[in-house]
Amino acid sequence: MKYTEAFRDAGKVKELAAELHQVIKNTWVIMEICGGQTHSFMHYGIDQLLPSQIELVHGPGCPVCVTPLEMIDKAIALASNPNFILASFGDMLRVPGSKGDLFSVRAAGGAVKVVYSPLDAVQLARQNPDKQVVFFAIGFETTTPPNALSIIQAETLGLQNFSLLVSQVRVPQAMQAILSSPANRVQGFLAAGHVCAIMGYWEYPPIAAKFHVPIAVTGFEPVDLLVGLIDVVKMLEAGETGVVNSYPRAVTEAGNIPAQAAIQRVFQPVDRTWRGIGTIPMSGFSLRPEYALFDAEKRFDIGHIQTREAEVCIAGKILQGVMKPPQCMAFGKECTPENPLGAPMVSNEGACSAYYRYRKGS
Amino acid sequence: MTADISQGPVCPVPLSHRDTIILGHGSGGKLTHELIRNVFSKWFSNQYLDQGDDAARLPLPEGQLSISTDAHVVKPLFFSGGNIGKLAVCGTVNDVAMLGAIPLYLTASFILEEGFAISDLDKIVQSMAEAAKEAGISIVAGDTKVVEKGKADGLYISTTGVGVIPASRKQNISGSAAQEGDVVLITGSLGDHGIAILSSRNELAFEVTLESDTAPLNGMIETLLEIAPGVHVLRDPTRGGLATTLIEIANQSNMNISLDEIRIPVKEPVKGACEMLGFDPLYLANEGKLIIILPEYQAQRAIEMLRKHPYGKDTAMIGRVSAAKDGSPQVTLSTPYGSTRILTMLAGEILPRIC
Repeated sequence: MKYTEAFRDAGKVKELAAELHQVIKNTWVIMEICGGQTHSFMHYGIDQLLPSQIELVHGPGCPVCVTPLEMIDKAIALASNPNFILASFGDMLRVPGSKGDLFSVRAAGGAVKVVYSPLDAVQLARQNPDKQVVFFAIGFETTTPPNALSIIQAETLGLQNFSLLVSQVRVPQAMQAILSSPANRVQGFLAAGHVCAIMGYWEYPPIAAKFHVPIAVTGFEPVDLLVGLIDVVKMLEAGETGVVNSYPRAVTEAGNIPAQAAIQRVFQPVDRTWRGIGTIPMSGFSLRPEYALFDAEKRFDIGHIQTREAEVCIAGKILQGVMKPPQCMAFGKECTPENPLGAPMVSNEGACSAYYRYRKGS
Repeated sequence: MTADISQGPVCPVPLSHRDTIILGHGSGGKLTHELIRNVFSKWFSNQYLDQGDDAARLPLPEGQLSISTDAHVVKPLFFSGGNIGKLAVCGTVNDVAMLGAIPLYLTASFILEEGFAISDLDKIVQSMAEAAKEAGISIVAGDTKVVEKGKADGLYISTTGVGVIPASRKQNISGSAAQEGDVVLITGSLGDHGIAILSSRNELAFEVTLESDTAPLNGMIETLLEIAPGVHVLRDPTRGGLATTLIEIANQSNMNISLDEIRIPVKEPVKGACEMLGFDPLYLANEGKLIIILPEYQAQRAIEMLRKHPYGKDTAMIGRVSAAKDGSPQVTLSTPYGSTRILTMLAGEILPRIC
């Protein structure tokens, strides 16, 4: 804990905010990729310290938000079967599927267990040999290595009753999709520090070069956010593109090699649908064919479940940084954390939830 | 299997059922009386309970009644710093005391699950007796029911408390009584109970050395009201934590409350656990902390007194009350960086079954 305090130091934060005010000359639109960064900006009120020339737009880095409705419906179908235990991170339970959410399934007697790690789900499978245990494997490159490990562990243990319902997504492909969109306004990025801690940042220089944008690999504490912004603004003001590592205490260019090896062994890149955005080529992972036995979609009869997104909220535009939560007609009215119309209002990493929790009424 | 006749004749004598609860313990018959005698009367005995009637006949001092009731379903039943029994007494005693009342009597009903260890029940009832003694109250009536195995999680306890608000209290202490210019005190660190419960469930991949703060607060309140008779609001920030409780007070009083984040006491193990789990200590439950809202001129003496009390050592002044603009009261928090954010109620329960 003491270690994080240094990165929340009030004096240092004020000093960096003053530096940012000095280096900025023009107006810039900057996207923080990760929902964790959005919440840090709001939670610590760092957005209130920024020069008016910076417009922050909030990126798609909210695993719960981008998980397609269809996958939630599949999870609900599995959890409703008395022979199954569905294990999931807690956030997913409140996300509305096309009919109800996982909380309702649990209230109706379905076995839905909240776990903090996929390895806990492996334990559940060992303790419940008469049940099929399915872990809802959502998230970005940060959750992929532990999910890979759960498969490796289940294989070593010879478990026949453990599988993953995979909805894994990848950050660099989403950034390219945002930059390729005709509606794009983003001029610079704060890349997601945790994802880069796993994957390194060697995939980013080609993106920076192709789209002429500066990218700063950025952490999550107040000091980290300001250092990342200063680095991006300096490059923007100088007309430079490229990648700078503003989070060197956690990130190296190569990343965490053993974690990448675990991903490689178990997963392969595939096209993935993002909730509210659509299909992005090679933007996700699925299990390799040799692990089909651990793939809930291949193993169980849920392939027929197909759900189309309802046009109830502007989540897609928010996830791409085209619109902000208060611009949504439903924000804070029909759509609240108690009665969410879309996933960004549910998740701890969702932009709508950040605005509602920390800024409601302003 | 054949009986070993070398041990003497074997008679079909019924088992005594001294070790675990069976359905018969809730029948109202012999087993019930045995349980009352061996466990409840042993620990709770007092002149009112010992009358043995269907209801207790109680003397009532002059003043207004304060009454509160609470069901306790905490999981696990035994946790670091307490158990469901201590919690069931302290939770209700504290609620009764929040109106400035002197708690006097408590009733308790027990829903026991078949198979529950009587030795565990004995420990829990003993803790209740100890907490009642500390709080200076008598447990004057009770009930026991037993449900089938699998129909309850060991034991649930529901308690009702009665106290008297002395006629000498000049003003009504209430969540609706906060006034412009008041200051907000908290009597210690936040989130200890919530994290201690979570840690006692062994669901964390890391260990937290922390005890629940469960405690009866009526003694401290009594001393406080002698020193600072102008107290407007007393509240214990249990479920929903400091943030939710202050939002309730702001709405009841139609006042804004602004907090200074840097002054809010949170212990390092709680901060660390919250970092790991993504919780905010402002929303975690406490069972031995008190929010006090009072005029600023009485605050300094109150703080000095509270810091001398075992349950108020870390008392801090954390915020101020001001008029709400256009009837929409808000609770805001100033960060160390000079920025502010508002506090809102959480949509769902972050930690179920904490009390």
